[in-house]
Order: sequence, then structure tokens, then C-alpha cells
Amino acid sequence: MMKLLKLIVLITSIGLLTAFTLKSVDTGYRIGESIEDFSLMNIDETMVSLADYEDAKGFIIVFTCNTCPYSVANEDRIIALDKKYKTQGFPVIAINPNDPFVVPDDSFEKMKVRVQEKGFTFPYLLDVGQKVYPKFGATKTPEVYIVTQNDLKVQYIGAIDNSSRDANKVTEKYVENAVAALLAGKKIKKTKTSAIGCSIKK
Amino acid sequence: MKLKTVFLFVIFLGLISCKKEVAKNEKVEIDTPQIAVRSYSYSELKPLLEKKDHKTYVINFWATWCAPCVKELPAFEKLNKQYASKDVEVLLVSLDFPKQVEKKLIPFIARKNLQSKVVLLDDINEDVWIKAIDSSWSGAIPATIIYNKNSRKFYKKTFDYQTLESELQTFLKQ
Repeated sequence: MMKLLKLIVLITSIGLLTAFTLKSVDTGYRIGESIEDFSLMNIDETMVSLADYEDAKGFIIVFTCNTCPYSVANEDRIIALDKKYKTQGFPVIAINPNDPFVVPDDSFEKMKVRVQEKGFTFPYLLDVGQKVYPKFGATKTPEVYIVTQNDLKVQYIGAIDNSSRDANKVTEKYVENAVAALLAGKKIKKTKTSAIGCSIKK
Repeated sequence: MKLKTVFLFVIFLGLISCKKEVAKNEKVEIDTPQIAVRSYSYSELKPLLEKKDHKTYVINFWATWCAPCVKELPAFEKLNKQYASKDVEVLLVSLDFPKQVEKKLIPFIARKNLQSKVVLLDDINEDVWIKAIDSSWSGAIPATIIYNKNSRKFYKKTFDYQTLESELQTFLKQ
């Protein structure tokens, strides 16, 4: 009886220990890894998947929201990216990863308002149930994942450019450089960059 | 006669509401001229992140617009107060928009009566300094460094006071 008890305690301890260590490991897609397609609702209440875009060469997936000042500061640049690259085969797909119960201003209704106010030219999807962003491993907004269409491989993860807080001080446009490289069949120089952002609310 | 009464009454109401507004403003006015927040580029901030003296430093990256950051600030303030005599220093590095220091950051510091030192990190090359601070950091805030001349640890999570204190104590016990 005692032996069994000891065994149970041992297994539980190991279980707890590994649970905590596993938690701290970075999860999410790595560069070169193929992603799982998703089906999320757009603000026009239609479902959107990457598979819908048969003619695309790739996607500029942006995790963004209504409430993060860093996201808001980048909205014009996200719109500019879509305008520049949609016709070249790389449309923007925006996903709001936040839980509207935690952040009421990130609700589906508020997303509709934002799209109208700013004139988003791309789908703005809500990650209902917050199942998609953890697969990507997105930790903040805004965060960009560039994915090629034929193999659904992640080619770039990170910031839009090197000056997220001030559009006037940009000297390096990471996403533009990455998409240009992909279009030219060249290697992307910077595949992973970091920028300050708001943690995702769950 | 009736019209005059109504007229006077309306003016009276107007006066009362104006008075209320003045009272409101008087209550809200905060005296902030003494609060100044120094702006640092990363190369200027870097020495504060690697001092080799006898102290233990707790550096918290936050912003006034970051809800989880604001929520955990009291824990850092309490730590600063409780451990100042034990050679512990808390530094709050704000990532607020530089243009909002006067409008948002300084009033926030006054309202919350923050006692820890607050500085602004204003450096556009975020990719460079985020990676320099910690190679695993994506840039999400809040984030914290605790270090002394013997060791350094980077935390990508939010803290409550108990957890923060027990982490600090691992440094003080060295």
C-alpha cells in the first residue's frame, strides 16, 4: 500500500515538474515549418481560409487588434502593405487574437467599426475560441507571419519594420524586403525580427 | 412674471452646473512640474542593465497603455519599498510613445505616486535591443530582468508580489 502511494506521489511530482518546464518552452511555428490552414469569421460574417486564395503566391498574416496602441500605430502601414502586395499575389490577412470577454473593445462588433473607420482593404478575422494564434505561437500584437501559398511554409516572423512606434523613423522595412525577396525567388535576409507589442489577452 | 421666474431659474441652474464643473476640475488638478522622465536610447540604457556593484537590480519593461503591466506595478513598488535597505533597486523602463510622455506618462506617475525610478526607452531599433536584452524575447510586455554582478535572469511573464519576492530572494541568497 505504502509502495503504491509513494509511486503515485513520485509520478504526480514528475508530472507537475514537467508541466511547469514544458510551459516555458516556446511553442508555435518555426521558420520553414508548414502551417495548418484555418477557417475564421471575417467582419462580413463569411468564413475565410487560406485555401480560398487559389491565385495567391503567399500571405501576409498579421495578428492585430483594435486596442493595442502599437497595432493602431501600424494600421496605416498594414493597409499600405495590402495595397502594394495584394495585386502581386501576397494579400494581407488580419487576425484579432484577443478574447473579447477580456477586452470588450476587441469584440466582433467593434472590429466591424474599425474596418469602416480605417477602410481596411483586407479580411479582419476573429480568432474565436483562441485556437489559431497559439498554433502560430504569436505572443503579441502586432505580429506578422509571411506564409507561402504552395507549401504553407512560414518564411518570416516578426515586425513590419524597424520603427514600430514612429512611421517617420523607419529605415528598414522587414516585411516589404521579405515579400520582395520571395517574389524574386531570393533568400530572405532577416527571417525573424522583434518589436514591442501588447501581450495577447486570454 | 412667470416667464421672469422661469428665466431666473434657468440661469440659477446654469450657475450651479458651472460651479460643479469648477469643483471637479479643482479636484482633478495634479501638480506635476517636479516629475521629469529622462529619455534613453538603448546604448544609454545598456549600462543600467549591467552594473557590477553590490546591488541587485529589478528592471521592469512596461507602458501606461499595457493593462497587465499596470496591474503588476504595485508589486514592483512594494518590492522597491521593502528591499531598498537591502541594496535592491527597481527601475521601471517605460515603452510609452515619446510624444505622450507629458500627456500620459507623467500624469500616470503622479496619479499612482510611483516611487521607483521611471525612465523612457526611446530607440527605434527595437529588433536590435530586444534581442540584446534577451535572445528569446519577442518584445511582448511586461517583461522583467533581475540581475546582480553574479547572475541575471529574464522573465517574460507577469508577477504578483509573492512570486516576484521569491525570485528576488534567490538573488539575495547568493
